[in-house]
Amino acid sequence: MRSPAPDEYQIRTTTLEAFADTILPGEKRSPDDRAVAGVSPGGGAVAAGAVELLEWDATGVSEGLDDFARLLNEHARAYAAEKGLSPEGPAFVTLSFAERTDLVRRLTAPGHPEKAMWISLALFCYMAYDSGAHLDTAEALAAGHPGLTAMGITRPDADGLWRFRKFSYGRALAVPHPNTTPSGSPA
Amino acid sequence: MSHERTDVLVVGSGFGGAITAYHLAAGGAKVVILERGPWLTTTDFEHNFKLGSSYTRAFDFVVGDGMSILGGNCVGGGSVVYFAAMPRAPRFVFERRGSIGRRMWPAAISRDSLDPWYDRVAESISITQQGWEDVSYAGGLWAAACDHAGRTANPVPAAIDTGSCTNCNWMMAGCRFDAKQSLLVNYLPAALAHGAQIRPLHEVQSIARADDGYYRVDYSHVDEEDYRVVTGGGTIEAKIVVLAAGAGATPVILQRSAGTLGDMPHAVGRYFSGNGERLNTAVFNEDRVREVLGLSRDDGLAYAANQIGKGPTVANWDRLDGSLPEYTRFSLEQLYFPPGLGTILAQVADEEGLTWFGPRKKEMLKDWQSWLIIFQMTEDDNEGVFGPPPARGNADRISQQMLGLGRLRYQPTENTWRGWNLADAEVKDILERDGLATVTPWTNDLIGAYTVHPLASCRIGDDPATSALDDRHELRGHPGIFVTDGSAVPAGLTVNPAMTIAALAERAVPGIVEAARARGIDVKYGAPAPDGGTGGRRGVADLLPTLTRS
Ligand SMILES: Cc1cc2nc3c(=O)[nH]c(=O)nc-3n(C[C@H](O)[C@H](O)[C@H](O)COP(=O)(O)OP(=O)(O)OC[C@H]3O[C@@H](n4cnc5c(N)ncnc54)[C@H](O)[C@@H]3O)c2cc1C
Repeated sequence: MRSPAPDEYQIRTTTLEAFADTILPGEKRSPDDRAVAGVSPGGGAVAAGAVELLEWDATGVSEGLDDFARLLNEHARAYAAEKGLSPEGPAFVTLSFAERTDLVRRLTAPGHPEKAMWISLALFCYMAYDSGAHLDTAEALAAGHPGLTAMGITRPDADGLWRFRKFSYGRALAVPHPNTTPSGSPA
Repeated sequence: MSHERTDVLVVGSGFGGAITAYHLAAGGAKVVILERGPWLTTTDFEHNFKLGSSYTRAFDFVVGDGMSILGGNCVGGGSVVYFAAMPRAPRFVFERRGSIGRRMWPAAISRDSLDPWYDRVAESISITQQGWEDVSYAGGLWAAACDHAGRTANPVPAAIDTGSCTNCNWMMAGCRFDAKQSLLVNYLPAALAHGAQIRPLHEVQSIARADDGYYRVDYSHVDEEDYRVVTGGGTIEAKIVVLAAGAGATPVILQRSAGTLGDMPHAVGRYFSGNGERLNTAVFNEDRVREVLGLSRDDGLAYAANQIGKGPTVANWDRLDGSLPEYTRFSLEQLYFPPGLGTILAQVADEEGLTWFGPRKKEMLKDWQSWLIIFQMTEDDNEGVFGPPPARGNADRISQQMLGLGRLRYQPTENTWRGWNLADAEVKDILERDGLATVTPWTNDLIGAYTVHPLASCRIGDDPATSALDDRHELRGHPGIFVTDGSAVPAGLTVNPAMTIAALAERAVPGIVEAARARGIDVKYGAPAPDGGTGGRRGVADLLPTLTRS
């Protein structure tokens, strides 16, 4: 249950989740999930662990998360005012998915003064989903990590290493360039 | 105050460092190699995307203004994380004029005069001419699509022992199976055997002049887990300094040293080239792969094999045609790029045009196994310029490993865009035929352009105004300092550069030996290949007089 007066930490987390969900969206975790907009079936960046990864100090962004969330909500308030909306609560979360997308597009566009910061945040949201960078990869796959699983990444051998015994069509599929030298290089 | 002294100090242990260190040590000089990254061995190489695994320990990703550079950060440098494609550069590349209106390469170097040095490398690093049976599904798909479009396609020569390769596609994390012929299995062990010392986690910051004609090199100790942390440092003096920290780092060390060494040549930190690199992602329609190209795997799938393979195995070289105008020539190589960077920059069409995030992008990721990445190497315009150096190293480190912010500024010129646009159109023409695939370029909006092939930021040449080094790789105005890494290559090569960087490093050795002898170091030129082979040495014998001043 959401507490009626969310504390700062919760606001921060919900805001970051909403950002991650804008990058790679997923389905709502519960009917009253406000952070996840629910525009895409299956788990997205949030379910993949974006906030866990962001909170890990190895990323170098963990200490800035409070500020990122605060700033994102400031941008969201300004955006809402521009659109004639009046948000209640943490502003970014109250925006619709299309509005969140529009705002993130602006913040990450070439020329925006804070672009680098928002892109680094987006990069870690991606990495939570497409590589599970906060998790041991083999364990993450075994546990059904939503991103790695959706991408169809296969499981490794029992020793945690990947080997593909079949890897080639095994036949000539094109004519090599006529000017190839004996060393196999272009002339 | 007395400092440790050595004959030759080598900065960085990638191609430029390992090759020169080996020859100088084998010739009798006392050689110390300082390497900022850790010293990892086979069992350290993990199949794991978790931050802190070998994938991030061995890797450096520096975001700049308009250009981001990926490189190695470990003993062996880029050779440990690279994809090991080792073609020689085509003949026309050496005639390029670029933006300076005259030949950019020194008159002494052409494909013909470099071939004996390429041969020396080929004798030292085991390079396999891959056959079609070695080509991964992804490479086969690229070949078949090229053929269908009336193009040629070549299996790429690679420094991979195909017998022990498992096609795991974890090359960027270091090879767990010793299949990749990195510098850890040839030049570096041979250098060690001749008494060279390698000191990992030593990041060189600057160079100054010391007494008796020595140079003083200052370094910091880097924490082995958190590279943001330095734990003290030290100083070594050497008669000869070989800089080989890579094209993203060597000019930064020199810029930082200008205060102590004196003025740097104008071309230090200028003329950077990203080797004209750009990537496209094709998402294939599996049914069309079967129907149009007639491909099917043993297990009944048509393709769906993005994860399988060993980096690039097939390239299209039709546009490596010297009769075409400069900036319109390029090669197109099938490539594997792991998730992480390989996914965020890929674009998908939505209502607003192309986008890199959102629900459509997530749908595109579902088809990840049907992706094929095509790597373009075009002729860029050497437009990269390094700003004032950061406090240490070549970047302000953000993450504990891998990610940092550097000072390179790169605004692609019309010439560069011309090459990219032509290459994009060519890939589209080949792959979108008959509904095979949908192709989009990676976006340059997030981190600018990007390169795994940084070049030319401290280049050789005949013209002092546009080259930092003479044709023997000596830094102009600073005798005894040599640069032998990718920064010495004058311009983009239209193919993967390691073979050319290595050949130039081999070629630089006789000149460095001569400079060392002039400083009283008892060293000779003429070591065999690391495994004892002597054919390459015989091949270059006639060229030696042209490389020494006498
Ligand atoms: C993912 C990837 C795939 C690639 N695939 C290919 C390929 O298939 N074919 C190909 O030809 N090329 C490939 N490359 C490029 C190739 O690896 C480089 O061109 C090559 O390694 C450059 O050699 P170098 O000597 O210039 O420098 P590097 O090999 O980059 O070596 C420089 C070394 O210096 C160290 N260093 C940096 N700063 C300092 C400092 N201040 N003090 C001490 N040490 C320092 C670095 O840690 C590094 O080990 C690839 C690169 C990457 C990243």
